[in-house]
Amino acid sequence: MDSMKDFKKESMTNEALQNIINSWFPNSISKIVAAEAPTETEISETIESVSTNGLEFTEEGSQFLNITVQAELLHKLMSHLKSNSETHFDYLFCLTGVDWGEELGVVYHLESTTHRHTIVVKVQTKDRENPTFDSVCDIWATADFHEREVFDFFGIKFNNHPNLKRLFLTEDWDGFPLRKDYVDEINMVIK
Amino acid sequence: MDTTTVNSNFKSEEYFINMGPQHPATHGVMRLLLTIDGEIIKKVEPDLGYIHRSIEKMCERDSYQQIVHLTDRMDYLSSHINNEAVCLTVENALQLEIPDRVKVIRTIIGELTRIASHTLWWGVMGMDVGALTTYFYGFRDRELINDIFEETCGARLTMNYNIPGGLMFDIHPNFVKRTKDFIAHFKTKLPEYDRLLTGNVIFQKRMKGVGFLSKEDAISFGASGPVGRGSGYSCDVRKHHPYSALDKVKFNEILKTEGDSFARYQVRIAEMWESMSIIEQLIDNIPEGDHQVTTNAVIKLPKGEFYQKVETARGELGVYIISTGTKNPYRLKFRSPGFSNISLLNHIAVGEKIGDLVASLATLDIVVPDIDR
Repeated sequence: MDSMKDFKKESMTNEALQNIINSWFPNSISKIVAAEAPTETEISETIESVSTNGLEFTEEGSQFLNITVQAELLHKLMSHLKSNSETHFDYLFCLTGVDWGEELGVVYHLESTTHRHTIVVKVQTKDRENPTFDSVCDIWATADFHEREVFDFFGIKFNNHPNLKRLFLTEDWDGFPLRKDYVDEINMVIK
Repeated sequence: MDTTTVNSNFKSEEYFINMGPQHPATHGVMRLLLTIDGEIIKKVEPDLGYIHRSIEKMCERDSYQQIVHLTDRMDYLSSHINNEAVCLTVENALQLEIPDRVKVIRTIIGELTRIASHTLWWGVMGMDVGALTTYFYGFRDRELINDIFEETCGARLTMNYNIPGGLMFDIHPNFVKRTKDFIAHFKTKLPEYDRLLTGNVIFQKRMKGVGFLSKEDAISFGASGPVGRGSGYSCDVRKHHPYSALDKVKFNEILKTEGDSFARYQVRIAEMWESMSIIEQLIDNIPEGDHQVTTNAVIKLPKGEFYQKVETARGELGVYIISTGTKNPYRLKFRSPGFSNISLLNHIAVGEKIGDLVASLATLDIVVPDIDR
């Protein structure tokens, strides 16, 4: 935990980070939020501040600052996070697919190699039939393989991905094994 | 070597060729689908999944103590450090106070693991580029480390020495002496590595300027470990996010700016010296105390999300646990270093020859179970 303290000392505070990010998204898009406000999820049910611009910030239950973003704003937010010199999140160190129960989502862990601060961006959708997000391959090259892994295990599609096909499993595999409702018929992973 | 003269009677055509899944240079069961024009590589597409064992899915079923066992089987050459990653995540989540003795022992064995992994890599990499002797030199020295591990915890490769809360047993009475003996021995042997291979003209010609990776690309591709540091990208988790006893020791982060295969080679050789230095700083000062703190037989993590990164011999391993407060993780993700490193293979190999691909692949130091998980 000492390391966490050092890391906080050098880098920008989470509030400062939050203010910068909010400044990119003026409140004009509040209509979208009103229409599809994300419900509280099982895991992170406490949301500290619900802003009206499609972004939700929370530090509850995590060691990093978390942003939950509307799917439509994902790509815009991500390119800002990378290109802005104050945030400069140039290192996508983890990209995780998550099945939250009702929603499917993707969690992006970002770090800046210049400022050494970290942020977690989350995006989720209730559409389990055809979940689709924008690809961030054009922003971080590492997303190419990571998004293919998420597609393979969760069936989440990524718009504008150059080569979206199964990565580990065979092309004729039925279903998406890491989804919570996946039926493990041949008992490959015995409960 | 002159590739510019193309016989105009023949039309150049691209065609596919399989490298692997049983190719010795792929270091495990992995297939590379090469698109080549003559001997020039146009595209490399790794076909993964031959050793995929759905470890992340199994983790959702297992208790936290059981998960530690699975991590041995990912990057089996850094098994101790993999165990440590999961244990640290669980300990941080439970806010356990870990005894200093445990931290120091974990760090010493972690660095021994790194040396063992790098010696094996050195031997195998030399063999990939045609230097057969290195294999025997590398394995000779690695054997001594495995003997220390065997005496300490009974296992030579998949160690399983860490448990959430500390270590499974205390160290063997011979541990300190044998480790010191090994360091003294290896200090005379590591210069042999340089004499045998590093200065070799043929070897240098195979490595220098091959598989170039710029710093920007290294960051963008999520390269870590010696692959990132060979491109001048400061990415040592031990420096930036120190864990266990690594904040108490002095060591240099090895950076090379050339970005080619030879730079990655030099980083690993220099890292073995740094690892020896870390062990020397700690080995005489192992604090007294318990080798573990007692935890509940059934570990339940509080509700929330926990992330821990460690530096394995291959780079940054991340453990991301989402917990709902039960005895199993709701979702557990391993961010494996090899997975990100293999994704940049296409980028560094295009435009070079098949022989260069072997050299580039060797200096990425992949372990296929670590990629497939």
